[in-house]
Amino acid sequence: MSAPTERKVVIELRDVRRDFQVGEEVVHALRGVSFKIYEGEFVTIQGTSGSGKSTLLNQLGCLDTPTSGEFFLDGTPVRTMSKSARAKLRNRKIGFVFQNYNLLPKTTAVENVELPLMYNSKYNATQRREAAVKALQAVGLGDRLEHKSNQMSGGQMQRVAIARALVNDPAVILADEATGNLDTRTSFEMLVLFQKLHAEGRTIIFVTHNPEIAQYSSRNIFLRDGKVREDTQNPHILSAADALAQLPINQDD
Amino acid sequence: MNFLNLFKVAFRAISSNKFRSFLSMLGIIIGVAAVIIMMAIGQGSKESVRKNISQMGTNVIMIRPGADMRGGVRQDPSSMQTLKQADYEAILKDKKFVTYVSPEVSSSGQAIYGSNNTTASIYGESLDYFDIKQWVVQSGDAFTEEDIKKNAKVCVIGKTIVDELFPDGTDPVGKTIRFKSIPFRVVGVLKSKGYNSWGMDQDNVIIAPYTTVMKRILAQTYFSSINCSAITEELTDEAISELTDILRETHKLKGEADDDFTIRSQQEMMETMSSTMDTITIILVVAAAFSLLVAGIGIMNIMLVSVTERTKEIGLRMSVGARGIDISNQFLIESILISITGGILGVFVGWLGTLACGVVGLPTSIPMWSIFVSFLVCTLIGVGFGYFPARKAANMDPIEAIRYE
Repeated sequence: MSAPTERKVVIELRDVRRDFQVGEEVVHALRGVSFKIYEGEFVTIQGTSGSGKSTLLNQLGCLDTPTSGEFFLDGTPVRTMSKSARAKLRNRKIGFVFQNYNLLPKTTAVENVELPLMYNSKYNATQRREAAVKALQAVGLGDRLEHKSNQMSGGQMQRVAIARALVNDPAVILADEATGNLDTRTSFEMLVLFQKLHAEGRTIIFVTHNPEIAQYSSRNIFLRDGKVREDTQNPHILSAADALAQLPINQDD
Repeated sequence: MNFLNLFKVAFRAISSNKFRSFLSMLGIIIGVAAVIIMMAIGQGSKESVRKNISQMGTNVIMIRPGADMRGGVRQDPSSMQTLKQADYEAILKDKKFVTYVSPEVSSSGQAIYGSNNTTASIYGESLDYFDIKQWVVQSGDAFTEEDIKKNAKVCVIGKTIVDELFPDGTDPVGKTIRFKSIPFRVVGVLKSKGYNSWGMDQDNVIIAPYTTVMKRILAQTYFSSINCSAITEELTDEAISELTDILRETHKLKGEADDDFTIRSQQEMMETMSSTMDTITIILVVAAAFSLLVAGIGIMNIMLVSVTERTKEIGLRMSVGARGIDISNQFLIESILISITGGILGVFVGWLGTLACGVVGLPTSIPMWSIFVSFLVCTLIGVGFGYFPARKAANMDPIEAIRYE
């Protein structure tokens, strides 16, 4: 592993705090979180419910801003940004993968993947489609471009969602329990895909409560009570492809 | 997001809820159709009144003696003798904005032919009268300048007179009828005009040279009125001021002195009638417009449902980079699309309805501007009533929206 200073910092949190006013009480969801994520890392963020995991994800995804502290995404300070500036930043720098896929209903795979580019005026219709087809091929759905979202299996839908996260060539892919709704076999297929993307040099942040997934990522961050309790590099990254090969053949999917 | 894409998205949203969208469109369809039908009926009635009036000549100007005060007592205009041959000649000489001039004297009495008789009015006129009032001589001919000079006892008679005096169908031309026991040779028969809008039979007339009526029937030297026609309807005002100048000159009225005549134009009457019809149209249209308002509320309701239903979609769009304005545009365009589609269908239904009204016998005419106004109103309704739901969507918190179940 090369020295951290030589690598590009994609995400930097400096003492990020986030308080919520719930009635009379102030809830401290994040109590001073600091870490840096470098380009090309595959980081899992784990924690039990109430650990501040979702709040942190919202911060990383620029959906929310810190109460105090600083958050830099690809060098840009996010805390003072306006809502629409953050929308633009999300559009250019972030790819989201959600637990429940969040595909547009009755819409083809290509159109779903094109969605982020619809909000980017630099792309015209041809370029949009080209980029969407490329992203779908990268997730192994090159033969299902025109399938509608309701004609696909869970695994296929999540692949479309991953393609959608890739299509804008983001600085970081944020996956929120991306395997949470899938059976074991399909979960591993997703992990194979994420590892492939990691190998291609993409930065991935995978938020999960499943400790098993941590074995397949390059770095693990544990959250508890709004603070980072553990932040370790994973020296022995397991191959999801091997794990998948060892799984008994599943007829369900 | 560019507009083409916004339209695509809106169109898809509408077509995925066809029945619901149609129901909210229905309000607009009915509203627009109602407005168009009401306007068409209003406009149609106005035009039919206009047509009635214009049969009497739209550019007709009537000069009557009047406005004469004697010791504070206003005199009965018909008893006044201010309009004379000299006035007529002066107008003929100096007219610029006036094309036709005809002095008028009239009398009513019994007309007799053989054993038939009827009560009729006789009008003494010059030849220009036929042009001013747009009378057409259907058979025979009008009298001539020569007849006027010679005070000839000739006349042209209306359809009603023909029916009353010649019930057996004899051709009246060349026959001699008696009016107040004076014999008049019928030289022509007028084409029927029917009843005017006040229910007066316009065909119950006998038209004779004014000289004849003045000298042989009334034995007077003044006219009861002078009818003129302006070159065009638009030049009526110029014609009126020209006639005023001529008459003040010949009547030697100086400075502040009041006119001893009054000039009225058919146009004024038409305007009065039109404004009455306009009031009725406005009442009808306002009533119909209320249904558009209700339709707008219907659209707002549907859009609010649509926004709530698609909370998750809104959250997704926001998280992949849609700004508030992108989201609000999307819903605004959707509501505009619903209202304009409703508007187009409404115009069509309104047009069918107007045809149906025409078949039933109502006078109708769709003013083109009512279609444009309908479109404008529909767009405004779409924007106006779509705005609140669109704002609601745009102000959603993406974090909550994306997790909305």
